[in-house]
Amino acid sequence: MDKHHMRAFIPLLLLPAGAALYFNLERGVNYIVYSIMGMERSSSLTEALRFFMFEVPKVLMLLTFIVFFVGILRSFFSPEKTRKALEGKPLFVGNIMASALGIVTPFCSCSAIPLFLGFMESGIPLGVTFSFLIAAPMINEVALVLLFGLFGWKTALLYAGTGLFIAIASGWIIGKLNLTRYVEEWVYEIKAGDMKLEELRLNPADRINAGYAAVREIVSRVWIYIVIGIGVGAGIHGYVPENFMASLMGKSAWWSIPAAVLIGVPMYSNAAGIIPIVQALLEKGASLGTTLAFMMSVIGLSLPEMIILKKVLKLPLIFIFVGIVATGIMLVGYLFNLIY
Amino acid sequence: MRLEILGTGCAKCSKLEEITKEVVKELCIDAEVTKVRDIKEIMAYGVMATPALVVDGVVRIAGKIPSKDEIKKWISTI
Repeated sequence: MDKHHMRAFIPLLLLPAGAALYFNLERGVNYIVYSIMGMERSSSLTEALRFFMFEVPKVLMLLTFIVFFVGILRSFFSPEKTRKALEGKPLFVGNIMASALGIVTPFCSCSAIPLFLGFMESGIPLGVTFSFLIAAPMINEVALVLLFGLFGWKTALLYAGTGLFIAIASGWIIGKLNLTRYVEEWVYEIKAGDMKLEELRLNPADRINAGYAAVREIVSRVWIYIVIGIGVGAGIHGYVPENFMASLMGKSAWWSIPAAVLIGVPMYSNAAGIIPIVQALLEKGASLGTTLAFMMSVIGLSLPEMIILKKVLKLPLIFIFVGIVATGIMLVGYLFNLIY
Repeated sequence: MRLEILGTGCAKCSKLEEITKEVVKELCIDAEVTKVRDIKEIMAYGVMATPALVVDGVVRIAGKIPSKDEIKKWISTI
């Protein structure tokens, strides 16, 4: 390995220092707030400030760390490989595979159209294609990280599991309903060429660099939402009374789940901004099911994506798609309220 | 030399166009940079993620913005 390649590994030496900082962060922040700044314990302002000063670096560090590894992981996948893997797969197996691949394949909703066309052209069933299109935005690595960091691995796993379930089930139902007549006719006339991407061989240094590139791209885009989100969260944390949200978003308010989904679907925010708010809502007595339903409908279904998909899908199919996914999200919400 | 940028108009596509033009300027080569917006033409290259860069008919990268050095490499190998 030459010098140029070695250089890719050097920043990794910072990892132990980062870990030490991460695990001592709470103590450090407490020391700064209580001892150095001499703020009064348990006042609203102190609590809000302490929350903000602790959460911002914690979440940003966690985010950088995970986005880096997801970037490396994603360098092993591409839409072309995913298409190959899904070709000729029957409905149910295809839905499971498409949903799982939806999580790891690099995908941006601005590429939804070429991806959709590419899948359809190679004969991948509509239902399987939808499983991919549902899973890709819904199970978001940033959301997963934040849930893990703020609520622990159980909630993160629940989110990923239910997201997968919704993607598999919705895609399967759409496949069973035989809705190909609602796909625009010109989609079937597309002739896709066979792309021969050269230099697909990546060495370990290239993959590490892909990790850095992902960090640069994602963290530079979302950090501001995280700071704002945590700022709003800190305000709620410090100033909104305990159990304030219980009557609005608590378990007993059955109507809160459809309401949360209705508000969440047209709302468009990235996962990074919504989760610190979610955390604050939960803390003030909102139930997990309702909050999760809200979050999933905000990040999983979005108006801009519908508008993009309108180019290839007729309106009835878009409504059916949104309807099925929204119903799935509500079912998950009720299920969680029942369990917890 | 013919350089084509495939993309339906996302932010990353304009970014790719920008850096490609810069590379052409830096290398002082005679190259024509065009943007392909038509989805049918994009699909004809078999590209499923935009933006993509096509150098003399060969897709060099898809779904990512390459570094300037990478673009230089693709241009100079021809």
